[in-house]
Amino acid sequence: MTNILLIIFIISLLYFAIANRLMTYVKIIALQGVILFGVAFIELLEINVINLILILLETIIVKAVMIPAFMSYVIRKNKITREAEPFLPNFLSLIIVTGIIIGTFIIASFIDDPNLHKIYFVTALSALFCGFFFISSRRKIITHVICYVIIENGVVILSLAVGNEMPMLVNLGILLDVFVSVFLLGIFINKIGDVMGEGDVGSLNRLKD
Amino acid sequence: MIIGYLTGSLLLALLLFLNRNDIVNKLLIAAFLLFQCVFTCYEFLHKGTTESYFFKPDALAILLVSTLTIISIPVLTHRYDYIYPEHDNPRVRGIYYGATVLLIMALTAAYLSSHVAVTWIFVEITTLASAALIFHRRNAGSIEATWKYIFVCSISLVLVFIGILFLSIAVSDAHDDSLYYNSLLNLAPHLKTSWLRLAFIFIFIGYTAKLGLVPMYTAGIDAKDKAPAPSAALFSSVLMNVGFTGIFRFYQIVARTSLHHWADQVMMVAAILSVFVATVYMLKVKNIKRMLAYSSIEHMGIVVIGLAAGGIGYYFALLHLILHSFAKSSFFLQVGHLYKTYKTKNIYYLGQYFHYNVAGAVFILLAFLFITAMPPSGLFISELYIFKALVDARYLYILIPVLILLTIIIWAMGKNIFKILFIPPVSLPEDPEGKVSRWETVSQYFLLGLVVYLGLNPPAEFVTLINETIHSLIL
Repeated sequence: MTNILLIIFIISLLYFAIANRLMTYVKIIALQGVILFGVAFIELLEINVINLILILLETIIVKAVMIPAFMSYVIRKNKITREAEPFLPNFLSLIIVTGIIIGTFIIASFIDDPNLHKIYFVTALSALFCGFFFISSRRKIITHVICYVIIENGVVILSLAVGNEMPMLVNLGILLDVFVSVFLLGIFINKIGDVMGEGDVGSLNRLKD
Repeated sequence: MIIGYLTGSLLLALLLFLNRNDIVNKLLIAAFLLFQCVFTCYEFLHKGTTESYFFKPDALAILLVSTLTIISIPVLTHRYDYIYPEHDNPRVRGIYYGATVLLIMALTAAYLSSHVAVTWIFVEITTLASAALIFHRRNAGSIEATWKYIFVCSISLVLVFIGILFLSIAVSDAHDDSLYYNSLLNLAPHLKTSWLRLAFIFIFIGYTAKLGLVPMYTAGIDAKDKAPAPSAALFSSVLMNVGFTGIFRFYQIVARTSLHHWADQVMMVAAILSVFVATVYMLKVKNIKRMLAYSSIEHMGIVVIGLAAGGIGYYFALLHLILHSFAKSSFFLQVGHLYKTYKTKNIYYLGQYFHYNVAGAVFILLAFLFITAMPPSGLFISELYIFKALVDARYLYILIPVLILLTIIIWAMGKNIFKILFIPPVSLPEDPEGKVSRWETVSQYFLLGLVVYLGLNPPAEFVTLINETIHSLIL
């Protein structure tokens, strides 16, 4: 079951590469949030209320509902055009993302560690590298935040792969930090939209030597 | 006590944020400074006792917290009306002081933390608090700087977190207390080196965003340029120290494994590239705050070179870090006065500072000599011994290019500083209100005095603390 979910997660990365509209991007991160919940729920060794609430909070409420809702609010408020307008054609993106996924499979095949689930490792690394690739190949600032969320999702999967539980408080602190930074980034997109009129990375070129 | 400190400072930050009254604001700041001093003394007296599971004041933490407390006094008492008077309204002031207090709190907690992930959490909070400070001026430039700073730091801290996850794979017998620095130090020889290598790469690259070394230094430059002068003083000293803490504590662990030599090489490459980048930009930079920011990059490069060289390099790297904090923060505070006088940061429009503010001009002359490590600056001692460590470790082929680069930096910086002090500016500032009281400069002279005192005649307690910090590396 987890394998199927993780494969869907990887497919969502491929879909991200060819998607045209910003709202599709937002829906993809919402879907990834739901997948994360599924994976974390199956991985739970013992079901107790506190663990369940924490996972629900982290995946469904924050990642699948609040962040996507906030992102679509930012898109609407700043009247960002709905096309994603990447630097690269979609076909090329698709090939590169496929290449990244194959590359991570090859990397994972070299690792020989009984403590590590390989499929998790592949998914996490793919999300990480694809996130960096999307950041460098997309023009709009809002897509950078969405890609940051994808990288974060990859990190959550990696932390499940490791299977080494962090103390509860630490988990909560990490969750809060990530949420606040996404929130702040969104606020500053609004500010950039107010002052510079467009959410394009090309407008951020004032500071240089 | 640490929980009390965290809640107390949070409460004070909240009150500062909500308060609109000028006098109450000053009282609250005085209360926070008193609180911070008392807390520092408390931690000093309780060295080595674990508090609330995650915090432990060891020698490094005490050194850095004391540095932070000393610097935070002039930073918080720096006259607020010198910072962009055109935007002086109580709400903006509340955000400014609230965020500064929050930043100081997060830095203190990050120094004191004894758990890898807890350090991470508080470093992330420093990013969020600094964002409010960089945004203080609310114009297009500061929005851009804030955006870049949050984004680059968030991505870098994700890298650090991935490094922490790899580290926990490297610890094969996973149990709850395995990610404390102390237990990691004991486990170090049994860690799996392949994972540890990956973890070091990720954690090192991630924390360079805070420390200001080559891969991720860029956002920090914009931040120091756009933030108000007192905040830039914090960013270029204590905020860089927090990146150093993250790297140093992990380096201590790696130094106990077979990867020690490899880690030294990685750090050496990053450090030399940093000094090189700093030199290149110093030659063309036209903004005094950016010039000082690049100078910080250079000094952090020297600190990491000292660490990588080993031997006596460890001791003097730490000494250099602390002395640089005092020297650079005082210089940034003086830039606040400079900006008050000229209303610009562009070196082209600055000049003949002696004519406007004698105390400040003398200070800039002295601070220039101190920053470029001329005697009697304590930085002279630390740099000299770091170079000696390089010779001892047979790194002559590194020492010579670094010395050439440093000479170029001294020339580039001197050219700009003497222009500010002696050559008449293109257009004279006509605003007579820009007069700065000479009493405002006293705290800056005091910080420079500390650089001489700690460098030439360090008190025994200070030496013991540094020696305890590097104890595990020397063994």
